[in-house]
Amino acid sequence: MTRTVIQALWSHWRVHRLQLATLLIGIALATGLWSAVQAINAEARASYTRANQQLALGQMDALRHPSGIIPLETYVALRRAGWQVAAVLEGRYRVGGRTVDLTGIDMVTYPALPAVSQLEQTVSPPSPADLLTAPGRLLASPELEPLLARQPDLPPVIVSTSLPSGVVLTDIGVAEILLGRPNQISRLAVLPDQPRGIPPLSQIAPDLQRQSPADQVDTARLTDSFHLNLSAFGLLSFAVGLFIVHGTVGLAFAQRRGMVRTLRAMGVPIGTLARIIMAELVCFALAGGIIGLVLGYALAGVLLPDVAATLRGLYGASVQGQLALRPEWILLGLAMSAGGTLAASGHALWRLSRIPLLSGPGMQTWRGRGLGRLLGGAAGIALLLGGVVVFLTFDGLIAGFVMLAGILTGSALLLPILLSGILSLFSRLAQAPVPQWVLADMQAQLPGLSLALMALLLALAANIGVGTMVSSFRLTFTGWLDQRLMSELYVTATDSSQGREIQAWLSPRVDAVLPIRNVELAHETGPLFLYGIVDHATYRENWPLVATQPDVWTKVLNDGAILINEQLARRANLWPGDSIALTADWVLPIAGVYSDYGNPTGQAIVAMELFDMVAPGADFRRFGIRVAPERARELAQALQNQFELGPGATIHQAALKAQSRAVFEKTFVVTSALNILTLGVAGFAILTSLLTLWTQRLPQIAPVWAMGMTRSRLAGLELVRSLFLALLTACLALPLGLLLAWVLLAVINVQAFGWRLPMYLFPMSWVQLFLLTLVAAAIAAALPAWRLRQLPPANLLRVFANER
Amino acid sequence: MNVKTLIFALLLPVSALAQGFAGLGGTADGFDIPKPGYRLDFPTDHGPHPSYRIEWWYLTANLTGEDGREYGVQWTLFRSALKPFEQAGWQSPQIWMGHAALTTPDHHYFAERLSRGGIGQAGVTANPFEAWIDEWGMRGETLQALHVVAGGPRFGYDLNLIASGPLILHGDNGFSVKSAERQASHYYSQPGYAVQGVLHLPDRDVTVTGHGWLDREWSSQPLAADQSGWDWFSLSLDSGDKLMAFRLRGTRGDFTSATWINPDGTSQSLPNGAVSFMPLETSRVANRDIPTEWRVTLPDKDLDVEVRAQNPNAWMGTQFQYWEGPVTVSGSHDGRGYLEMTGY
Repeated sequence: MTRTVIQALWSHWRVHRLQLATLLIGIALATGLWSAVQAINAEARASYTRANQQLALGQMDALRHPSGIIPLETYVALRRAGWQVAAVLEGRYRVGGRTVDLTGIDMVTYPALPAVSQLEQTVSPPSPADLLTAPGRLLASPELEPLLARQPDLPPVIVSTSLPSGVVLTDIGVAEILLGRPNQISRLAVLPDQPRGIPPLSQIAPDLQRQSPADQVDTARLTDSFHLNLSAFGLLSFAVGLFIVHGTVGLAFAQRRGMVRTLRAMGVPIGTLARIIMAELVCFALAGGIIGLVLGYALAGVLLPDVAATLRGLYGASVQGQLALRPEWILLGLAMSAGGTLAASGHALWRLSRIPLLSGPGMQTWRGRGLGRLLGGAAGIALLLGGVVVFLTFDGLIAGFVMLAGILTGSALLLPILLSGILSLFSRLAQAPVPQWVLADMQAQLPGLSLALMALLLALAANIGVGTMVSSFRLTFTGWLDQRLMSELYVTATDSSQGREIQAWLSPRVDAVLPIRNVELAHETGPLFLYGIVDHATYRENWPLVATQPDVWTKVLNDGAILINEQLARRANLWPGDSIALTADWVLPIAGVYSDYGNPTGQAIVAMELFDMVAPGADFRRFGIRVAPERARELAQALQNQFELGPGATIHQAALKAQSRAVFEKTFVVTSALNILTLGVAGFAILTSLLTLWTQRLPQIAPVWAMGMTRSRLAGLELVRSLFLALLTACLALPLGLLLAWVLLAVINVQAFGWRLPMYLFPMSWVQLFLLTLVAAAIAAALPAWRLRQLPPANLLRVFANER
Repeated sequence: MNVKTLIFALLLPVSALAQGFAGLGGTADGFDIPKPGYRLDFPTDHGPHPSYRIEWWYLTANLTGEDGREYGVQWTLFRSALKPFEQAGWQSPQIWMGHAALTTPDHHYFAERLSRGGIGQAGVTANPFEAWIDEWGMRGETLQALHVVAGGPRFGYDLNLIASGPLILHGDNGFSVKSAERQASHYYSQPGYAVQGVLHLPDRDVTVTGHGWLDREWSSQPLAADQSGWDWFSLSLDSGDKLMAFRLRGTRGDFTSATWINPDGTSQSLPNGAVSFMPLETSRVANRDIPTEWRVTLPDKDLDVEVRAQNPNAWMGTQFQYWEGPVTVSGSHDGRGYLEMTGY
């Protein structure tokens, strides 16, 4: 019997191949978008873990000096007192137009790193003499190798697959030469086994601060918000994809009602039937899921390089541009597709099992009742309020997303009531019979379309919200770049002594030489980069301050006050008038807060004299140069000739701005891509819903046709109906989208990145979006309308011949 | 001999095991080779010889605690040159490795340190004498009186040594041959230290007294290509005589060498074959069979003794692994001493 039932059920799909394709596409889209985001997140997280393992971060305490520099003598003194520490020198190194992270470790004392252990298994491993003595060796990921190998001055390169991209690992003896920092150490890793009875740190090196791994920069934590963002988008796409599944399954079940009735009349128990249909759905879910995984993998592969660029630009986090296939990802994807399909079909399945054996294939059983609509509305209001309450109660990024989810789903649930209300309003205004009929028909159609319209509402709102956020951010960012990057030329010397020579050489030749010096300090909120500035109009007139005290520049430059960036201000809740402790000895009053986009860490600015006291040993290598813009190029050339600087040592303002903008644009490529895909999926959902309704609409249309309305007119009205509903939804989506944008700018961004952005409105892009929506709705309605137009009159007549 | 291993191939165990033990069987390109007829010059030769590939300062001591128990202590500083010169800074090709061990009747504690030369973290100066790596040190105005400290997470020691008797030059005036092919090292010892000090055990400190034996050796290629390891004995007999004897195990036959030291400090080098060694019993240590009981005979001196490990588990589980521990001598003579076995 089972075999017969399966054959009967399958016959439906053999006839309705398009429907089968739609179902599979729906499942595949839902799974695909979701899996793509998951694959990207998993890859990024794996990269962080690899980076942390690579440098054994997160396992060992570190010793640091407030100036960022530990002299070699301090290391030797600690060692000779028994402290088991290993030296690390880190820095940024420019090579072939790209900046890489150069990490020099003392390969003799540092615990075995994966990249080094890996070397031993190679066919011709380098000897210790190769690694430790001149010229040394550089270890780099396969992606960096060609770039490094092209440089004639660099030591030979060894490829290591266990190194994160963008990181070059070498012995500290090589690193100090390349970085021009002889006898300097960035940090000391405290090794696990310390001998008994070593003297306390305060006795040997009182200047050093000991940080536990929790206090050090944790890329994974830093980028959590970014991944949460992506996950939220993936989930939204998944939900929208499920709307398609819901629509298709509903349609298929409606069409199979007759068959089900026949099968049951022939004695097939409802339980057997339900189980077989369930098994059928699971098979479809798995098939669609597999297609979705392939799609997702491909999509993730396309998006990953941009995500990697974003993470590098925003957080300095290194992510490999290659995707690995992970079994847990496949399993999770299939589970999501099976679970999602069953959830989306559960309702239809439940109804099927409840159909009285002899009831006709009428419409009403498939309709939402007025009561259901009211319940949905109540649930919508509850979700809206619940989201807001959660945010007000808990605060934080997750609470922000919960509020977003509450607002979005709540509004979606309210949509049918709102639309129905608006339609009632219109029908009261309508006088002629045809408009009255059209409006009444739309009311009748609403329950069947409402899920698709909800999907459209969500997609449109997300589009408007995210678009507004990105555009506001872009506008703010561009203005901020102009304020922040004032110097025409930026120069980096190879070391501090060359820096002083360059300064002396430049001073008579340009308007101003502005040293850029910084050190990394430890603050309770994480690493804090302190900068020193000299008194110049460049800062006084342009620096982008978001909160200030009166006479802020006098206070900073003459009275020992400090400026902090917005991230630090929000994280530590410190504002002008408060004080901040840089170290135990240095507690400074805060005179102002400045905006500092694209930077994950805390930052502060003091007068150069003060900076010299806090961090006397800091580098003197980088400068901003104020000079007439037309002279910048010639000056850069002269500098390069005079000091034998590499081409990367001088950067023009325009190039820097372009680079910053490029990073910014890449940041939102992923967001925009997901945005457009979501809208596409929503359009597809409308199509499937209309197709579903189509089969059920003949009984309503036939009488109107019989009364003399032509099929062309009916088809035209069909299009108008679809466009009207889409337009209404779009109008409702606009305020929701703006609310979403506000939450993103004022809540999510503050939590995720530590800055709050002003909101700008872009009505022209809404118009574009509305037009796009209408086109999508028209395309979705075109197929049913065309069918209607081509419908043989005999079919319409048959409606009257049938039992109804 | 104390051909302690080197090494530092250990850093990256790349070339270790490639040939012989720890790459000691390799060629000596660019490095100086020990020459017969070289006159040792003190105190200069107490200091390092960077143009030779390997070198060590090797102290072992048999100690008795106030609690009546027997203890053994090892303090070793190895130097291994990647290139035959020294230079200041991180890129110094001189690598230093320290091994410290404390053996009790039921425990064997050990620790290891690594450093490179050129930055001051480890090194040796001849006058005044100081050998150090991290906080471990062996120092004194001369070799006559030394202060020795070392320790690890669970143990430590602090010892004072006073030498009695002259330095002993092994082989031919300190030119010690290691194979039939005349591989050799420069090798001398101070076998007569009186020791007193304190051992730090995990649960208590113990005051100890006893005697110590310092070996100094440097070379560039002490093993023949076919030799895979060695068994080395330093025995202090109750008669006042002392014996240093070793056997290098090779596929083409063993090579032995020994020095007999009389109570008055005079000594006699004994040629290949003079001493014979026979393992009597093995112990399962670190998943290998290690001979921890030996019969050692030297017919010339009417010596026929059994040498037994005080603690068979004296395994140095360092990057480069070997057995090193205190032994008890019985038979024709009684006494104590140290045994080192490599290449098992």
